Amino acid sequence: MTNPDGADGAPLELGSAGAGGVAPAPRDAPNWAAKVERLEVESREGVRGTNVAGRRLTGPVQGFGKMWQKTYAVARIPVAPEQAIAEWKAHFAEFWPKGNRFAGPITGISPGDVALLDLSIGGSTLSTGVLVLYADERSFTFMTPQGHMFGGWITFSADSGEDGTTVQAQMLLRSSDPVYEVALALGGHRKEDRFWQQTLTALGRHLGAERPEVERRIVCVDAHRQWRNWRNLWYNAAARSLGQTLSSPAGRRRRAAER
Amino acid sequence: MQTPVVAMDVRHVDDGVAVIDISGEVTSACEQVLMSAYELAGGQQARRLVLNFSALEYMNSGGIGMLVTLLVRANRQRQHLAAYGLSGHYRQIFELTRLDEAITIYEDERSAVAAAPVAEVER
Repeated sequence: MTNPDGADGAPLELGSAGAGGVAPAPRDAPNWAAKVERLEVESREGVRGTNVAGRRLTGPVQGFGKMWQKTYAVARIPVAPEQAIAEWKAHFAEFWPKGNRFAGPITGISPGDVALLDLSIGGSTLSTGVLVLYADERSFTFMTPQGHMFGGWITFSADSGEDGTTVQAQMLLRSSDPVYEVALALGGHRKEDRFWQQTLTALGRHLGAERPEVERRIVCVDAHRQWRNWRNLWYNAAARSLGQTLSSPAGRRRRAAER
Repeated sequence: MQTPVVAMDVRHVDDGVAVIDISGEVTSACEQVLMSAYELAGGQQARRLVLNFSALEYMNSGGIGMLVTLLVRANRQRQHLAAYGLSGHYRQIFELTRLDEAITIYEDERSAVAAAPVAEVER
């Protein structure tokens, strides 16, 4: 899906025209997803794949709740940053805690790819997705669609330090709507915290760290809620996923059996 | 930690209006440089900040995140944030990330500076 207007995935020439010609595309051009108005997806095995097609992307500007920057990092990784990111991209789903599924394209994680997610939330499954907004050799970033718990970006990166490589997941986000905001305050933040600590620990082990210790840094960047965006409720993927579960043949059978 | 490869120069062009000329690479590593420029631009006293991206050479997703942090700071002070000088590529990134819904993009400095300030920055 990278640069659909370019031939063979070649970066588009998007620089402004100079005297008598077109300026070369900036060197970050191949790292960014091409502009999309609404997400398109094909079905993937192992996930429900709902609540993504036709949705717009949402950043912190479009979210509802307080804005958070959450950082989870593991230091002293004995491989180069580029190798750490290549491994993370190749095995991304394997580091997630059990009960959560991530279905990306077979080709891996590239700018413009859409991955489908089934997340285990309070005994039910929340189906949503993410777009790969940006990817280079040392980092990659996901952006969320309407209906996701959060409006924002998650950047996964690796950097070299004095005693090895540090891998990091950093989120900049707001909850998407008032229901998610309440759910996060009532234990959602704690659960999400555990999710990323487990993920980074599993990644650290995979990359050869003997006793990976996750360093956590959580900052409330903006304590204001953006009430103008309360209507995001309409797309709430948790509520929609529940409805989709109940109306599915399996859900109908389970309810009939309970009666 | 990466060393920022960026320069941000501040010009006061009108009463309460400052232009920050950004040249080089915008990544999360240049947060301190941007926040220093924000203070030089007048901090809480400025009512309108204009970001000049004409000499922007590189930006990654960390750079976009840093602009959101600046936006939050500006919104808190009810300041308006505008931008100009974006190439087609960077304009598309602003649109893709929907940052253009909060940072108004203009064609040139004159229109960015002269545009009537938004009556109330939405909170």
